[in-house]
Amino acid sequence: MSLRRFIAKRVLLIFPILFGVSVITFALVHITPGDPVDVVVALNPDISPAEEARLRARYGLNDPIWEQYLDWLVGVLQGDFGKVIATDRAVSTVIVERLPETIALGLFGWVFAVIIAVPAGIYAAVRKDELGDHVSRFLALSGISIPNFWLGLMLILVGALTLNLWPVLAPRTALYSPEMLWYLLLPGITIGTASASTLMRIMRSSMAEEMNKEYVTAARAKGLPERTVVLKHVLRNSLISVTTVAAFLTASIVSGSVVVEQVFGWPGLGRALISAVSNREIDLILGITLFIGVAIILANLVADILYAVLDPRIRYD
Amino acid sequence: MTLLEINDLTVNFYTEDGVVTAVDDLSYRIESGETFGVVGESGAGKSVTALSLMRLIEDPGRIESGEILFKGEDLLEMSEAEIRSVRGNEIAMIFQDAQTALNPVYSVGEQISEAIRHHLNYSDAEARDRTIQLLDRVGIPDAESRYDDYPHEFSGGMQQRAVIAMALSCDPDLLIADEPTTALDVTTEAKILDQIQDLADEFDTAVQLITHDLGVVAKICERVMVMYAGRPVEKAPVEDLYYDPKHPYTVGLMSSIPRIGDERDRLQTIPGTMPDLVDVPPGCAFHPRCPYAEESCAQKQPPLVDPETGDAATAADDRAAACLEYTGDLEGELEFEVSVEGEDPLLEEGQDAR
Ligand SMILES: Nc1ncnc2c1ncn2[C@@H]1O[C@H](COP(=O)(O)OP(=O)(O)OP(=O)(O)O)[C@@H](O)[C@H]1O
Ligand code: SF4
Ligand SMILES: [Mg+2]
Repeated sequence: MSLRRFIAKRVLLIFPILFGVSVITFALVHITPGDPVDVVVALNPDISPAEEARLRARYGLNDPIWEQYLDWLVGVLQGDFGKVIATDRAVSTVIVERLPETIALGLFGWVFAVIIAVPAGIYAAVRKDELGDHVSRFLALSGISIPNFWLGLMLILVGALTLNLWPVLAPRTALYSPEMLWYLLLPGITIGTASASTLMRIMRSSMAEEMNKEYVTAARAKGLPERTVVLKHVLRNSLISVTTVAAFLTASIVSGSVVVEQVFGWPGLGRALISAVSNREIDLILGITLFIGVAIILANLVADILYAVLDPRIRYD
Repeated sequence: MTLLEINDLTVNFYTEDGVVTAVDDLSYRIESGETFGVVGESGAGKSVTALSLMRLIEDPGRIESGEILFKGEDLLEMSEAEIRSVRGNEIAMIFQDAQTALNPVYSVGEQISEAIRHHLNYSDAEARDRTIQLLDRVGIPDAESRYDDYPHEFSGGMQQRAVIAMALSCDPDLLIADEPTTALDVTTEAKILDQIQDLADEFDTAVQLITHDLGVVAKICERVMVMYAGRPVEKAPVEDLYYDPKHPYTVGLMSSIPRIGDERDRLQTIPGTMPDLVDVPPGCAFHPRCPYAEESCAQKQPPLVDPETGDAATAADDRAAACLEYTGDLEGELEFEVSVEGEDPLLEEGQDAR
């Protein structure tokens, strides 16, 4: 019961947060010079000044900023996220269309990070201060230090141009098809590497800390095999801190997708966001930003719930 | 029958400050079904000795030399799989602090059942039944419904009882109780000690009881070993230790047992503290604190000998002390008198007061 109330409270909290995010984003976009009409005019030099003014008036770009914001907000509350001026398409249509691409990529990167990080962290903790630990520390530090875009370019260089295993640009087959997994590999690794490295280090240190606790000696004193001691007793305790971090990493994976989608020409939300910014498509920017906000809040909520499931001492009251 | 015989056990810790010899040339034995006390101040090496018996010494520690014969077999020669089948099954341990010895994220019942399933090959349901019986036996009310409770939902005394149930779960032949009651209040302490004693009788389990409290030893042990800075300084049947102690350290410990009507501050009785084991005083490690210390005490390390004959003692000897007095190297005499004031703990059999 109390967990349900906790979840309800957290879900309600989404609204003030999103309100704040939208106000800040709105303000930031207005501080940067230029609006969508400028972009349209720059692309079509024949547009007359009169037509330009008409366009501005039509999209309400001459209104005071707070009025523009309120118009937008009223629309959102009615389920209308506005329009992309250059193409005249609804923002929600664009998001729905791009979303699966980003989810596929982010999920792949996230799963890749967890699959690499958890076993590697366990291994490093069990082999603490031995060669394997040092090697994994070196790899993790490299993984954290390498910028996304550079790693992506290197993977394209090696995988596509040298080894010829991948095309430079993934062909647009159905997203949820087995061969898509293959095309997801390079961008997925690019997006997941930094997260895998961070997560692995956290896994290792929380595991190593737990290994020194007396309940571990007590479990060994029961005659349990070392496998059970580590994978049952120690792992569950160390996962408690790891889940929180894994949830935070969702944010870094989402922001990483902006760069990685650009590098790999992946038609997801991240790439849509970049073109929206350069075209000053304010409704699209706001729509995508809000969406990212919701995703991150939900990821944290999931982490809190997992936390409660893993640690019986946590009670939400 | 001799259940456990330890010969010349030495355990070192390789720390940053240097090599610490936590257990130094230790020999003793435990007979089937008896209760053997190990006494000494904090840092004397009692827990390290206990962990050595299960081969659970971890980095940076190492069992350097010696033998641990359990039912005639050397535990130190066993393979990893063989020693695992002894741990928890034939030798079990009650840890010093139940709260930290229980895993916070698994239910108490599960933590007992898992050992039963592992060693006795019980099914889930059978192990659960046996665990509930054990919890009930150690005095946890409503055992069936407490099975699924987590350690934090148990009080300190109940956690300690659960840890005792865990140790008894596979009917061990030897129970190592490492200060099983230090974390508890006096009333609970008395109850838990009684319980350990009852259960040991009932299951015919030998107990190695570790404590700093000679009062507790008097109550439930048959033979005692006193340790100081990793070495045994005196071994004796409990009556001899009380009425005729041979080592000045034992005498000091003895006068620090609080007795009714005794107003002294217990910490004042043995001045000073045990040395840091990185830097043990030369000769007799106790000499900086010993009221009878002479020059030779700082030079010659007293061997453990039979106090009557002065012959070197072995694991088989019941009476032994390590003081130069008994090797004839001391010029003066050990002058102390034993007087029993207030209630005599040895005469209190069956009573709870202490
Ligand atoms: N993990 C370790 N690393 C380094 N030194 C250790 C370690 N464990 C024990 N020691 C050394 O061994 C000595 C004896 O420790 P031990 O835990 O056996 O004492 P004890 O007699 O059980 O004391 P207490 O009554 O406080 O439990 C310590 O003083 C310490 O110097
Ligand atoms: S050897 Fe010397 S210092 Fe050690 S206990 Fe005997 S008299 Fe005291
Ligand atoms: Mg101890």
